[in-house]
Formats: sequence, C-alpha cells, structure tokens
Amino acid sequence: MKKLLLLGAEAIAHGAIDGGMSGVYAYPGTPSTEIAEYVQRSKAAKAKGLHSKWSTNEKTAVEAALGMSYAGKRSMACMKHVGLNVAADPFMNSTITGVNGGMIVVSADDPSMHSSQNEQDSRYFGNFALMPIMEPSNQQEAYDMAYEGFEFSEKYKVPVLMRLTTRLSHSRASVDLSPARPENELSMPKDPIQFVLLPANARKRYKLLLSIYATLEKDSDSSKFNKMFNLPENEKAEMGIIACGIAYNYLMENLNGSGKSYPILKIGQYPLPKKMIGEFYNKCEKILVLEDGYPIVEESLRGLLNLDEKIKGRLDGTIPRDGELNPDIVGAALGKSSTSYFEIPDVVANRPPELCNGCGHREMFFALNVIIEEYGQNRVFSDIGCYTLGALPPFNSINSCVDMGASITMAKGAADAGLYPSIAVIGDSTFAHSGMTSLLDAVNEDSPITVIISDNATTGMTGGQESSATGKIEDICAGLGVHRDHIKVVIPFNKNHEEIVKTLREEVNYQGVSVIIARRECIQTASRAKKAEAAKAKEKK
Amino acid sequence: MKYDLIIAGVGGQGILSIAAAIGWAALDSGLFIKQSEVHGMSQRGGAVQSNLRISDKEIASDLIAKGSADLILSVEPMESLRYLPYLSKTGWVVSNSRPFVNITNYPDPEEVYNEIKKIDNHIIIDAEQIAKEVGNYRASNIVMLGAASPFIDIQLENLEKGIRTIFDRKGEEVVNLNLRALHAGRKFAQENKHA
Repeated sequence: MKKLLLLGAEAIAHGAIDGGMSGVYAYPGTPSTEIAEYVQRSKAAKAKGLHSKWSTNEKTAVEAALGMSYAGKRSMACMKHVGLNVAADPFMNSTITGVNGGMIVVSADDPSMHSSQNEQDSRYFGNFALMPIMEPSNQQEAYDMAYEGFEFSEKYKVPVLMRLTTRLSHSRASVDLSPARPENELSMPKDPIQFVLLPANARKRYKLLLSIYATLEKDSDSSKFNKMFNLPENEKAEMGIIACGIAYNYLMENLNGSGKSYPILKIGQYPLPKKMIGEFYNKCEKILVLEDGYPIVEESLRGLLNLDEKIKGRLDGTIPRDGELNPDIVGAALGKSSTSYFEIPDVVANRPPELCNGCGHREMFFALNVIIEEYGQNRVFSDIGCYTLGALPPFNSINSCVDMGASITMAKGAADAGLYPSIAVIGDSTFAHSGMTSLLDAVNEDSPITVIISDNATTGMTGGQESSATGKIEDICAGLGVHRDHIKVVIPFNKNHEEIVKTLREEVNYQGVSVIIARRECIQTASRAKKAEAAKAKEKK
Repeated sequence: MKYDLIIAGVGGQGILSIAAAIGWAALDSGLFIKQSEVHGMSQRGGAVQSNLRISDKEIASDLIAKGSADLILSVEPMESLRYLPYLSKTGWVVSNSRPFVNITNYPDPEEVYNEIKKIDNHIIIDAEQIAKEVGNYRASNIVMLGAASPFIDIQLENLEKGIRTIFDRKGEEVVNLNLRALHAGRKFAQENKHA
C-alpha cells in the first residue's frame, strides 16, 4: 500500500482526488487553503484535468460545486469556518435540492482564533441544514472520509459537510492510500425539477430531506467512524468519555500508558448516533464530553434546562468554555495532576505578526495617517487581510475588521449617520470577494465615502493565491458607477508619499464616492516570482 | 522510542525546512511521525513553532503536552524561551545566538542568553557564522539541525537522506552545502555540550 506524509488538509485533497472528484471550488482562508492548493499542484489532478481554480468567494464556490453535482460529477467546495457564513445560502438549500453527483463541503474551523475573527463551530451549520457531518480525528480519517464521502453523498442524495479544526488541517502524518476511482460520467438528474426550489416543490423536497435525515441517524449508529469500547458488561462505569474528532487524540495521548481506562464513545460522523449514545448514557454514572469547538454535543445531551448533572464538559467548567483543546486541558479534565515545568522567563517579549518590510500596505498607511491627523481619528473602516495589521503599531490606522467587504458598507452606514470623512480600506481580493456589492450601495446613494483599495495583486495573508479582480479593478469600479474622475491610482512607495497624501486629501474633500487604488505587487509574491525566474534562467544556461 | 521536539523561530525564518528534513529522516527510519505547524497570520513576522513527534509506536496527539518535550530547537534566541513550559526537566535547548529584532522592545541579548544558560542542557550556537564558514549563511537552519542532531534518536545517514530529499530539486551544489552545514553544526554541538 502506498503511503504519503500529508497535512490533514492535503489528506482531504488527496482523498477527494482518489475518490473520483472532478473539481474543487474554494476561496483561500486559513486553515483551509492547502486543500485546493494541493489539488492545484497535484500531477494526477492535472493529468485528469480536474477543476481547481480559485473561486471569487465561498458562495460562488458552493454554487459551482452544486452545479457540477447537478451534472452528475463529484465535486468539493472548501473554505474556512467564516467562509461558510458567506456560502450559507446555497449551503442551506443544497440539502433541500439534494445532489446528483456526490458533493462534499469542507469547512475548517479555527478554535482559539489563530488566524480568524471568531471560533464558530461549523457543526451547527451542518445540523441547521440537516446535512450529515464527517469529523476526522486524524490524517488517515481525513483521507478516508473524503475518499468515501462522495459515495456516501450519492447514497443518501445529500451533500456531506466535512468539518475539521486548525490542528488537524496543519499537522502532518503518514497516510495509506486507496486505489484511485474513476470520475463519474456526465449525467442529468432523473427528476428535471429536483433543483427547482419553488415553494410547492421545496415543500416536497423538504419532507424528503426529513425522511433522509432519519435514515442518516441510523447510518451513524453503524458507521465505522463512530465506535464505542471499554463498556462494562453489567455494572455501571463511574465515568465514560465522548470524544469528537481530534479530541479523541488528546484523550488517547493521556490514556496510553497511564494504566487508566474508561468507556469511550468516539464520534466521527453526525447526526449523532442516538442508539449508541443511549446505551452509553445508561452504562455511565458520569459522562465527560470532549469536543474541539463549541459544546454542541454536550448541550444536546444536557437539554435546555441543564438538569442533567451527569454531563461534564465546557458548560460546567470542567473544560474552559472557549479556546481549542490540547493534551494538557484534556489531562486536567481527567484529573491528571500537572507536572512541574519551566516558566516562560519575564525577558520574553510578545512578537505579534506585522506587515513585511517593503510591503506596499505600509506606505499606504503612512500616507493615510497624515489624513487622519488632519481630519481626526477613528473614522477608518477596514477589512480582512494582511492590511488588518494596520490596526497595530506603528500604524494604528484602522478602526474596524468585521467580515469580508464590511469596510465599504460600514463606511457608508457611518456616512449615512453623518460621519465625515468616512474612509474604507480594503484589499483587492477582499474587494472582489464581497466589496463590489457594498460599493454599488454607496454609488446608488452617492455616499460621501473614500474607498482605498490596497491592491497587491494577490490574496496575501493566505500565502499569495491569485486574486480574481487583478487587472480589472478600475473597470469594475467604473462599471458599478464610480465616476472615472474619482478612480485614482497611486503607487505606494515612500518616494510617492507626498503625492499619495495629496490624492487622498483631494478625494476625501470630494462629496461623493471616490476610489483610490494603491497598487504595488505583494513583496512576498514578487520575491518568489523573481527567484523562480532566476532558477529558470539558471536552468537554461 | 518516543522523541518530542519543538522547532521555534520567527515567521519567515524557514523553520519548516528543518521539520521537513527530520520528518523525511524519521519516515526513512520506519518511525511514526506527527508534525504540526503554523500557517496564516503568524507567518508574517510573528512567533512560530512546529511540534514534531517521532515514535516507534503510533502517535495520538498532534500537540506536545507541557513538560514533555525532549528538545527545543530554536533558530532565534528569545524564541527558544517562549516554549520552555513544554520542555521536560531533562530536555535540551539548542538555540541560535543571532537575535531577530523586529519589535521595539526586544530584550538585551545577554539577558536572553543568561536565561538559556539557566537550563542545564543547552547549546548556543552562531549558526550564520558557521554556515558562512561552510559556504553560505543561508544554510544556517541546517547548521541548527546539525547542532540538534546528536540528541535526536535518528541515524545521521537518515538525516543526510532527508536533506537530499528536500534540497534535491535545487541541485547538487545546494545539497552539498547543506550536508556540510549539517556536519558542522553537529561537530559544534559535540564539542560544546553544556550538560
């Protein structure tokens, strides 16, 4: 059997390729980016001509994946947890339409917010949409679930949500591969109105979904991804442990070699296996629930009134309510006394992330700070990307970072309230992702806002993926109705500082929508391109 | 056999190449590995680390528990201290001596060295200088790997193979530079162990 050393994210990608996927659709977002990137680099995927180009946002990604499924082929859409909010509309409806070809939606959650605005748990979305959820505990399961997920989706005629968290996505281990399966042939849905969610049809489809969900619950009880062991024969155990996804690893890390043993229910597939849980519940005096993310399983076991004192977890303080799990937190929940260890010496200073030396965003902020100085503080709305670091010293330039595209619409809302000047700072990729509709709102009311699109021609924070608006930004803004006289381009170099300040001042003074594009290639992608070119030149010699 | 190490540095210093070299070497030795790394925001000049676990038995957790790492390998001196709670009381700290100063409140390097020296088992090494001596300062990360190698339970020849695997596409010259760097770092550690 062939083995590969893969990140969890890469294992999903490889499993999908081997599982007969015809295309992946994704927008970059930590910790999910490496899934689509792996398909883009894969020789096997290239040879088969699988789709892997980036989508403009997560909504377009899920819709395109649903379209590929409509046409009978196996598709996958990948995103980070907050991306699933953007894709919520097609996601929620995709269980009601159901699928034709198998479809997997991957959502990578980021508990502890290593690189995110919140730590929302995608399993809520799965339950909300009545979608089955696969939650791998390790890289091998990540591979297997993706490999088998398409067939599962085709069997039950609904998409599958695959949920993982940062640590699994970004941890490498060896994975055994299964034989590659062929892609599906092009085929239309048998029912020509399966995907037509007109009320009359949607009601029928929803009833069908409810009946499918009942069978999914049964499937969970016999799934190989859910397993129960160490249950006492007759008497009750003092404590049993339910461990979901990667929490299982932290549990086993603590139990291996400790001489301790508990009844364990390992969860990898949802809806929750009701029969298993019922049996488990009756065999244990107490139950500790370990889940990386929100206390979803714990909450459903406790019920609304929280009368059940036998359930332990995040809600009773056995485990911290927020943040990701780790072996130490799980150890403490098991009553393990902490070993003594070294302290971090006081001399150690914090080292937060920062904009790279030579980054164009830096010069844009230095110029913007002159304007802030002139017109007053606290009126710059910003967005998601490298430039969010403009909130930190030495810049302290921006006052908001909420969701993709929010900078422009929040600036508009603040302008509606009477704030002047009201300034938005957004990146090129984020503008394409969700800023265009915001700009149209502002144009339609001729709002007096100044929008700075800091254009580095890439999706920088996630490592430099292509940005779908590159080369099109002026035309997009003009097409949305921004007057050509108020679409300005500046080049954010130190030598242009005065000119940039002057342009900003002019446009801030203009009582309508103006867009200033601060355009210079990302220093990281530029230096990579330079290196690649040098290597090519060397090869030619 | 079980060996847990934390590789530390600053985003952009390339600690993942060290992790990859050890990872390949461990696979070649028929061992299990788990290696978690940091992607995303911290890669922009923030503190980064990789948890690398090697064992002859299957490994459960991707993360190392506090007080249990056998080695902290840091390409930057202050960063070697950030993960001390994870180091076992008998573990080693192998740290580069060159500060990477991208914050205004970076401490006096002497104070940082003094803290490292408080750990019984430590090596402080000027990896850039040694890398320069063997051909190019860019090989300093592999000098660091060499300096840590006497403590890692993997045969030297498998580490050499790991380096070949990683640098192969960059040509024989780069492979040889990094092999020299590995040996030079290893020699320094063997001559300067403070235990």
